[in-house]
Amino acid sequence: MTTINIDHTSRWFGNVVAVNDITMTVGPGVTGLLGPNGAGKSTLINMMAGFLAPSNGTVTLDGDTIWRNETIYRQLGIVPEREGMYDFLTGREFVVANAELHGLDERAAQHALATVEMEYAQDRKIATYSKGMRQRVKMASALVHDPSVLLLDEPFNGMDPRQRMQLMDLLSRMGAEGRTVLFSSHILEEVEQLASHIEVIVAGRHAASGDFRKIRRLMTDRPHRYLVRSSDDRALAAALIADPSTAGIEVDLAEGALRIQAVDFGRFTALLPQVARANDIRLLTVSPSDESLESVFSYLVTA
Amino acid sequence: MYNPTVARLTYRALLGRRRAAILFILPALLIVIAAAVRAFSGADDQVATDVLGGFAMATMVPLIGVIAGTGAIGPEIDDGSIVYLLAKPVKRPTIIITKLFVAVGVTMAFSAVPTFIAGMILNGNGQQIAVAYTVAALVASIAYAAIFLLLGTITRHAVVVGLVYALVWETVFGNLVAGARTLSVQQWSLSLAEKIATPGAISSDVGLPLGIVLLAGVTAAATWYAGQKLRTLKLAGEE
Repeated sequence: MTTINIDHTSRWFGNVVAVNDITMTVGPGVTGLLGPNGAGKSTLINMMAGFLAPSNGTVTLDGDTIWRNETIYRQLGIVPEREGMYDFLTGREFVVANAELHGLDERAAQHALATVEMEYAQDRKIATYSKGMRQRVKMASALVHDPSVLLLDEPFNGMDPRQRMQLMDLLSRMGAEGRTVLFSSHILEEVEQLASHIEVIVAGRHAASGDFRKIRRLMTDRPHRYLVRSSDDRALAAALIADPSTAGIEVDLAEGALRIQAVDFGRFTALLPQVARANDIRLLTVSPSDESLESVFSYLVTA
Repeated sequence: MYNPTVARLTYRALLGRRRAAILFILPALLIVIAAAVRAFSGADDQVATDVLGGFAMATMVPLIGVIAGTGAIGPEIDDGSIVYLLAKPVKRPTIIITKLFVAVGVTMAFSAVPTFIAGMILNGNGQQIAVAYTVAALVASIAYAAIFLLLGTITRHAVVVGLVYALVWETVFGNLVAGARTLSVQQWSLSLAEKIATPGAISSDVGLPLGIVLLAGVTAAATWYAGQKLRTLKLAGEE
């Protein structure tokens, strides 16, 4: 059992605080590190990967300090976000080199290439690979020594849906095998599909931690604001306010629209079209006015 | 202290890139110049010294050192691919020393060998001039490779800084300011050439003991510091 412990860890670059006093434990299974762009996810992963020293606090793997400790890489596999990866080599040469650096031979490399299903293109130069193929070869290079911990920085970026599914299956398998798998993402649906456990980072702070259903509920149960335009705004407002899923409605005369605050997201979204149809009202615009991921996250921070 | 996989990756990266063309062009140019000079003015010891000292030692060796030294590590740090070396249970000084071996080997191959060939063409090793400059090029290769390898770990603009050092300091400044010449890899290496050649054929501004101490000291210090830089290399500063 391998566990990464982050204890009151901060990291700043000059005056900018990228990671602010975060404490968390990442254990076996798949953990999703969720947060908007620039939240400090990469900084945190880089500290877990031993590529960055914490300005304050400690980051350890089963009690051993990660920073400036090369032996840690026997247990750690890393899939970086950056694309640079010896493009002049073939996929096989690249994975074999990674195996050799771990003191392993070509068999380990072949096994890793088979795991990510890249044997068919292993003799092509990496320079000719698609984004998804590069990602899979990176995975193979990280898996070559059968690590107990796998860290992946935004692994799904730029992948098509099929490649995404393949990688998700692979990571699920790794997690089910008892490995500690941590991946970062700024897309809730990605994390939700894959991770049983979620850590949310917003503006360098640890905003939430736990089971994704709990966090999902936190995210969906908050008051939702909608901007609605219809053929008869006042009649629609009167019909909606009668239902407990709606907490408040403002008639915005300047915009010629209704501003609705819904408290029960699921019920409100089902109710709105039903009410409109029953009252013979045409809906012209229905748009969530605070659906940006940042607003969802900032709600979590204050929750 | 030597990792064959790191060496193979380094050497393939070095010779596979476009800038590696300079590694072939400069030595070819030296040999063409030597052949042309020999054809026009015959074997002349003074001319041999001028060509080998003025072009091979003053320009070609440092430039090859810049290309090989910075190229052995700079591009990997730039594009982030060094991650794949650093995320391994391999000691950082081992990575640096292996890269130094490769950089030294490449610099020697592309500077000392053509220097020797050019020397033989120019005056058939009269007054030991060809051998003397070849030895100077060999020792200079070690120091240049170490200095420029360090530069590759310190700055993203290692090639530019290296070129400024090689061309402005070693060539121009060294010719104008006498003091600058004692702080020049070229002069330290020439102190060795001076001893090998017939007395009076080659001159250096630095005595042999001082030259050797400075060469060894600078090489060791640069390598040690590059190892330290790599141990604390920050790959993420963008956020």
